[in-house]
Amino acid sequence: MAKKIDTDVRRFKKIIRGKIRKDLKKYITQGELIGRKGKHLVSIPLPRLDTPRFKFGSNRGQGVGQGEGQVGDPVPGQEESDGYGGGEETGQHLLEVEVTLQELAEILGEELELPKIQPKGKNNIVAERDKYTGIRSVGPEGLRHFKRTYKQALRRQLASGLYDPKQPIITPIREDRRYLSWKSKSSPQNNAVVIYMMDVSGSMGSEQKEVVRIESFWIDTWLRSQYKDIDVRYIVHDAAAREVDQHTFYHLRESGGTKISSAYELCNRMIDEKYPPSEWNIYPFHFSDGDNWSGKDTARCVELLEKEIFPKSNIFCYGQVKSAYGSGQFKNDLDKQFGTHEDIVTCEIPNREGILDSIKAFLGKGK
Amino acid sequence: MNLTPELTSIKDEIREHAVEFGLDFFETYFEMLDFDQLNEVAAYGGFPTRYPHWRFGMEYEELSKGYAYGLQKIYELVINNDPCYAYLMNCNALVDQKLVIAHVYGHSDFFKNNLWFSKTDRKMMDRMANHGTRIRRHVEKIGVEAVESFIDCALSLENLIDYHAPFIQRKPSPPAEGQENGDHGNPDGRLKSKNYMDRFINPPDVLAREKKDRESEEGKAAAFRRFPPEPEKDILGFLIENAPLEAWQRDILTIIRDEAYYFAPQGMTKIMNEGWATYWHSTMMTQRILADSEVVDYADHHSGTLGGQPGGLNPYKVGVELFRDIEDRWNKGRFGKEYDDCECLAEKRVWDTKAGLGREKIFEVRKIYNDISFIDTFLTEEFCHEHKLFVYRHNPRTGQLEISDRSFDQVKKEILFALTNMGQPFIYVVDANYANRGELYLQHRWEGIDIKFDYGVETLKNIYRVWQRPVHLETKEEGRGRLLSFDGENPTLKDLSASEG
Repeated sequence: MAKKIDTDVRRFKKIIRGKIRKDLKKYITQGELIGRKGKHLVSIPLPRLDTPRFKFGSNRGQGVGQGEGQVGDPVPGQEESDGYGGGEETGQHLLEVEVTLQELAEILGEELELPKIQPKGKNNIVAERDKYTGIRSVGPEGLRHFKRTYKQALRRQLASGLYDPKQPIITPIREDRRYLSWKSKSSPQNNAVVIYMMDVSGSMGSEQKEVVRIESFWIDTWLRSQYKDIDVRYIVHDAAAREVDQHTFYHLRESGGTKISSAYELCNRMIDEKYPPSEWNIYPFHFSDGDNWSGKDTARCVELLEKEIFPKSNIFCYGQVKSAYGSGQFKNDLDKQFGTHEDIVTCEIPNREGILDSIKAFLGKGK
Repeated sequence: MNLTPELTSIKDEIREHAVEFGLDFFETYFEMLDFDQLNEVAAYGGFPTRYPHWRFGMEYEELSKGYAYGLQKIYELVINNDPCYAYLMNCNALVDQKLVIAHVYGHSDFFKNNLWFSKTDRKMMDRMANHGTRIRRHVEKIGVEAVESFIDCALSLENLIDYHAPFIQRKPSPPAEGQENGDHGNPDGRLKSKNYMDRFINPPDVLAREKKDRESEEGKAAAFRRFPPEPEKDILGFLIENAPLEAWQRDILTIIRDEAYYFAPQGMTKIMNEGWATYWHSTMMTQRILADSEVVDYADHHSGTLGGQPGGLNPYKVGVELFRDIEDRWNKGRFGKEYDDCECLAEKRVWDTKAGLGREKIFEVRKIYNDISFIDTFLTEEFCHEHKLFVYRHNPRTGQLEISDRSFDQVKKEILFALTNMGQPFIYVVDANYANRGELYLQHRWEGIDIKFDYGVETLKNIYRVWQRPVHLETKEEGRGRLLSFDGENPTLKDLSASEG
């Protein structure tokens, strides 16, 4: 049944997404979107719209509490203050809820209006799986649901006055029997591999890496929601490239020059060795600050991309993280070379706020 | 009412107990809802027929998500109306329903008898529905965008009302016909008095002074007529009366203001109202209603509502504990001059005159106090000590909240501050013809805490939208005078401290 409130909810959601009433956009209070807790849970805050009022600012920071403790002790029960202290009046309204990664991906998809990915490859094997979802009154004896049958019989006997508490014998008759029912669900069996490449030369600072980390977390989340199995490989490069594990990928800080072609070569080799493009959906992502060693190397990159990597991958994404030292030339070179080539997306990520936009750019094509 | 027969008989039983204990409530109708329906009604502030607005959708989202993830759950919802409406959640256990029903009778009694609720509309259900219809009609005529955005604007001014206005006549009423001189009777300002008291009631020197004042004032007034004559706190009301609005806009402002006044007493008596209802559910449950098998569940949920977070102050708990404390003190005669003057602690500790006035006293308290006077009158040093109340302060060095004081005076001051004007800044219209150009001049009565400036600017813009002439807010920032203005295009912030010298 449609509820009266639905109209209001829809309107609120539209405002939040900036579709209508754009003047209200500035009152939206958003928290940080990332925060992995445990294995599958993250906490995301709910967006709210704040109505401006004359009210007290935050320089108060005091109140009355109750409990043990000496003067000077921290108030018991407060959260560990993890940088949450400053300017937090927006935080008051945020309700932190725990959601699963699955839901998170849905929210992300909804938020960014990401299209569902159309998997490529000839081997689109569709597997059927049966899922037991309900109860029905006919079925094979093998699927008889004992408890529900018992309940049904008990109910009937109670109703018809045949139940004797002193001699609680329940005899199911044919109509009482209940069976499991199922639905067949087809799920596509697609394989996907994401290859992250990151520039770890001296100019990539910790802030730049953090941006890459957050970005790849969200890309991972989205792709995992679209594919059943997903392989993730990590490549770091400065003047030479090598494969590393996830931890190293995020924490390594090398220094020295940058030769991007080395990473593309390694990536290409990796694909050739293990991921035949006919069976795999391949997503190479490359993050760098845009400084390459020489124009000659850039030319080599372009050649590698065009001849080798584009034909094999679903889409090639290049994210340029802005850093104080990087020239940012590489993106210009790529754009000049490929223009609006449909196998590549390049995107500049100026700071953390730019992450969502770049994810939308990368995944918005639905490839 | 759609209660099961079992619940209906339980309700009747609880009702009888409530009457026996002396509670005097509006007839109360219970409605059983599932969680989704309850969330919807709660999002509408208890009124299913309210006007359409996105913020109800926002509330609903929050409630539903909170419920879905098991973070929060509404037990009950009760509406100040005659008859009183209360909503129960159908998936609650029976013992919870009993608790909630008893609790609801407490609230209903409070609504009916507490002085601060006496001016609220007891047919609010109907009136809300009426508001809904009116706003829907405006939407049809004017369009969703325009109406909604004007409601947003009105909501941003919602708190600019005078919470005490329903009880005080701030302006002299216009003289009734045939009684030109108003109620003072005497043009020279003499008050009515018996002969032998006249010297005290109308002291000659005061009369002379007043006369002089009046004359000089009249002279001044003729030259410069101030409008409004006195600073006006009900800014929303002032705008409704004086701003150049279209009929539908005026109607929306009126609706928002009406509802703000309706909800105001609930904010002004939160501690008392919850304390009272909690007092009665615990009294009725433990003395009359509970079955043996339910005691553990009851204790669990009761402590759940009173527990709260460590370190925090739970209004339910403070309220109910204060009511119990008052009852105990009046039962033992621990009040009045003799008790206060007694300086022997040992004697005080065992003081018991068997006065037995406790019940009577708390009924009186629930009738005439609000949170501020309640705390001011009944929060005692002993209570403060016993319940381990403290003042905390944010320590910028550690980034943590730290206990800063445990003294009774500070605790009381802090609680009272948080309650005063419902924790909001005092703002008045002081001049509606500022600079003789029809600009609106507001003043913030600064008491040590700054307003949030970015919000202030946005609010000013909204006032501008209503007033349609430049608006100003005089306030202070860390003690230095500031004038925040909006002229329709750019907000400006002027430093007033320099000109003050």
